[in-house]
Amino acid sequence: MSAETLQSNAAADAAPGQTREPVLQVNNIEVIYDHVILVLKGVSFEVPKEGIVALLGANGAGKSTTLKSISNLLRAERGEITKGTIHMNGKLTNDLTANDMVKLGCVQVMEGRHCFEHLTIEENLLTGAYTRGSSRAVKDDLEMVYDYFPRLKERYKSLAGYTSGGEQQMCAIGRALMARPSIILLDEPSMGLAPQLVEQIFEIVKKLNQEQKVTILLAEQNTNVALRYADYGYILENGRVVLDGTAEALRENEDVKEFYLGLSSEGRKNFREVKHYKRRKRWL
Amino acid sequence: MEILHGIFIDPFITMYELPDLLVQVLWEGFVAGTLYSLIALGFVLIFKASGVFNFAQGIIVVFGALSLVGLHSLGIPAFVALFLCIGIMFALAWLVEFTVLRRLVNQDPIILFMATIGLNYFLIGFGEGVFGGEPKTMITAELGLPTGAFDFDILGGLVSLQQIDITAAVTAGVMVGGLAVFFNKTRIGRGLRAVADDHQAAQSVGISLNHIWIVVWFAAGIVALATGVMWGARSDVSFALSIVALKALPVLILGGFTSISGAIVGGLIIGISEKMAEFYWGPLVGGSIESWFPYFLALLFLWFRPQGLFGEKIIERV
Ligand SMILES: Nc1ncnc2c1ncn2[C@@H]1O[C@H](COP(=O)(O)OP(=O)(O)O)[C@@H](O)[C@H]1O
Ligand SMILES: [Mg+2]
Repeated sequence: MSAETLQSNAAADAAPGQTREPVLQVNNIEVIYDHVILVLKGVSFEVPKEGIVALLGANGAGKSTTLKSISNLLRAERGEITKGTIHMNGKLTNDLTANDMVKLGCVQVMEGRHCFEHLTIEENLLTGAYTRGSSRAVKDDLEMVYDYFPRLKERYKSLAGYTSGGEQQMCAIGRALMARPSIILLDEPSMGLAPQLVEQIFEIVKKLNQEQKVTILLAEQNTNVALRYADYGYILENGRVVLDGTAEALRENEDVKEFYLGLSSEGRKNFREVKHYKRRKRWL
Repeated sequence: MEILHGIFIDPFITMYELPDLLVQVLWEGFVAGTLYSLIALGFVLIFKASGVFNFAQGIIVVFGALSLVGLHSLGIPAFVALFLCIGIMFALAWLVEFTVLRRLVNQDPIILFMATIGLNYFLIGFGEGVFGGEPKTMITAELGLPTGAFDFDILGGLVSLQQIDITAAVTAGVMVGGLAVFFNKTRIGRGLRAVADDHQAAQSVGISLNHIWIVVWFAAGIVALATGVMWGARSDVSFALSIVALKALPVLILGGFTSISGAIVGGLIIGISEKMAEFYWGPLVGGSIESWFPYFLALLFLWFRPQGLFGEKIIERV
């Protein structure tokens, strides 16, 4: 075994959030929409190389906004990072374009999948390689994506708009892979899918992470699934990180159990039913 | 009674009795139609990819033709002038992207529409300022375009096809075919369709909207230039042509604003129907219905199919 693998194994054994060098460093960012709506109020976190990190939190907490700040898709929605910095592989990326980010190896899979409806599945995948030109390697990667998602191969000629939600999610992830990213920002892959399908998709994501060495930053409302696949998690509430820890620690945390996993000593409970002030009191 | 007869019976008797004339009228309509299609096509390209209702598309047709004639009159050889015009179309695309689209992105569509009205008048003013306002003759012979006619002794009469008309129809066909290949088989073409479908998702995979906008405006400019040359060769080159170019509007209403096949079929329908109307029904009202008939037809059409002939397939979410 080479020194390098030994080292990375050693790193993997330690707490995954801390030791491996970060691909992504988000430092105290503040985001404002339309010049007035303050949505992120100082969010900081790190994503280690080849890790799976989950951003958790309820609807409206600011997960998607965080991902868009990183991929620089924010500007298209009249959002702006007004404070703080984002570094990818040590390079400051605040002022880059979405196009630059893809070229640097950071691709976002947007919430709601956003496949190109009037393009076939295969054409969708090929657009993922847009920044790479057309080469032999792109053809090989198409086969690689089909190996991970055999379902897409069966449907390669269908217009994406006519495929099912699960197929569209696979298409969106496959499309991102075609850019050969080093990190994928995955926004709510579980949304609107049957539990079995969610499991299937997370399995593939995990496999991609292990075999293709893609780092994953995941935004999820489905805390339960996310914490089973991620190494580390951050809980966002109201535009702030209120709690973070290894997935294991979060799963065992009483508050997380109560508010996000719907488990507690008093029995199952939906966190939506818990009064907001109570949640704030516990964490702030 | 007599008027009903004039509308519903006489024209058809004439068509039946003089089939050679009918063929001639259909041909004229077809050629005009291909040119309308091309103008509408340029418009659809821009609308699909940048969501901009480009009021100036007709003027760009005239502007292209005018630049060509104007450059040639300065002593520049015809083919060099043609290449320069292609360069001008690129410069125009770049300029529009840099000064208008880039600044006004994310604004209301109506604001971008206003900007294209501004562009329209800028091009008229600039064109007249540089090349003069008087009508000019297209440099047909210098470009090597044929000018004769083929006469066919058929159907008991004479059908005459102008060679320039044949050239126009073939050019239109080549343009459409070329665009189809570009759209469906190339990387940038795919990127263009992706932007038309979902511009945010397109950005998320690294497609630069700014590049795509330049590409579509350039493509629309090339189509406009070709249209201008053909059109100019059939009449003359002046800004009065822009009235004709506005016929793209009824074509778009018929074909739908986002459908390329709609633009093509719509153009042919408008071209053929206006020539038929002019020739067979025009005399009833003293002629000259060609200029308004397309608008009338479009209005009629709006009542029944507001989404256009091929109004883009709206895919229901599964
Ligand atoms: N384009 C936008 N303009 C204005 N406000 C927005 C925009 N997008 C999101 N928001 C607001 O920002 C907050 C966080 O949204 P979002 O990041 O989508 O949360 P999440 O992904 O966690 O559900 C919400 O209150 C939402 O209303
Ligand atoms: Mg979200």
